Amino acid sequence: MSDIGGTAAPLLAARDLAKAHGRTRALDGASADLAAGEILAVTGTSGSGKSTLLHCLAGIVRPDEGTVTYAGERLDELPEKRLSELRRTEFGVVFQFGQLIPELTAVDNVGLPLLLAGAGRAEARQRAGEWLERFGVRGQAELRPGALSGGQAQRVALARALVTGPRIVFADEPTGALDSLASEQVMTALVGTARESGAAVVLITHDAQVAAYADREIRLTDGTVARAGVTA
Amino acid sequence: MSTRHILLGLLAQGPSHGYDLKRRHDERFPQARPLAYGQVYTTLQRLVRDGLAEVDGTGSDGGPERTAYRSTAEGARELAHWAGEIAPPAPFVTNEIFAKVVVSILSGGDPEAYLRAQRAAHMERMRELTALKTAKGADLATVLSADYALNHLDADLRWMATTAARLTTLTAEVDTA
Ligand SMILES: Nc1ncnc2c1ncn2[C@@H]1O[C@H](COP(=O)(O)OP(=O)(O)OP(=O)(O)O)[C@@H](O)[C@H]1O
Ligand SMILES: [Mg+2]
Repeated sequence: MSDIGGTAAPLLAARDLAKAHGRTRALDGASADLAAGEILAVTGTSGSGKSTLLHCLAGIVRPDEGTVTYAGERLDELPEKRLSELRRTEFGVVFQFGQLIPELTAVDNVGLPLLLAGAGRAEARQRAGEWLERFGVRGQAELRPGALSGGQAQRVALARALVTGPRIVFADEPTGALDSLASEQVMTALVGTARESGAAVVLITHDAQVAAYADREIRLTDGTVARAGVTA
Repeated sequence: MSTRHILLGLLAQGPSHGYDLKRRHDERFPQARPLAYGQVYTTLQRLVRDGLAEVDGTGSDGGPERTAYRSTAEGARELAHWAGEIAPPAPFVTNEIFAKVVVSILSGGDPEAYLRAQRAAHMERMRELTALKTAKGADLATVLSADYALNHLDADLRWMATTAARLTTLTAEVDTA
């Protein structure tokens, strides 16, 4: 049951990734597969390379070594123009340390990807409002990020990542600032959305109870993926 | 766990017979071991002996004859006392996981491999419990008991992660010494 990604070609595949930041080897031979529609948890101690892996998988950072293949395209070799198009149309990303635009209200932050995709302003606002509702922050629609609590900002960021109906959602600690009931609410909304739309999710978390919403877990240690224990 | 107090708690909702009590217990505590009938009847008899419950009547509803029990005022007092009394925090946690790790370290085994495998098993169980509590129509008893189990497994996992990290540090110290 947990062996999704075994036989069919994975939607996203990373092989032997290496990435150094200066003298730190953030990734050191990490490999991972993601099947279409699969929810994958990425866990590991602080500094083990989770965020770096996610950035490589999402085409935000180019690995020094290794390959990332998304639906037949080699992300590690694609020109920047095609990469940013993919990030806009096929991927939704929630960064670990917020990235909402401070000058825009919550609803306009969420609507922005729709505007960039050519939607009208009224439609963008309306659909953005529905996503805020889904994540329980409709009441904060007209607030700017500076006026949101940490947990509210995370939910707005998730809504923004999902608003365009991506094939893969990359979420880096999306429940990091939430208590357990709020985490449950956000995970239920995220997983429910993914199951409905068939989106795959790469979910970084240090919280095992959040990781338990995923189909599978990979665990990073010093930039590599630890084997999931002794397999029978 | 105190079966007598749990039965008293169920009787607090009104008179009931043994069969009914067993069924309601198993419903309310879905993650617990189901009660055996024998245990229900012995416990009821002791409650009566101690004046905490009494026979409410005997009926047969066309089927076999069944005795219904009800709580006494003394039973209600005892129940309130028990429910408000703190449970002593376990002074020593003796646990198989802990024992295996210690033995493995002492005997020069591979505690890290064991911890990885144990984590995978814990995560598998946590996924099952999460699916159970998030299923449409899950009742409160199921959600609460799944939460309880999830938090305990989570505590194991945190201890296991810290231990794995400590083992790495210790090994590094030994290697560079
Ligand atoms: N931009 C950067 N410049 C220098 N070092 C970096 C940079 N980004 C990451 N690192 C280093 O690379 C390693 C891996 O970092 P990464 O952010 O991927 O870890 P992480 O697993 O996401 O940690 P956390 O759980 O704390 O978020 C760390 O040692 C970190 O200090
Ligand atoms: Mg990180």
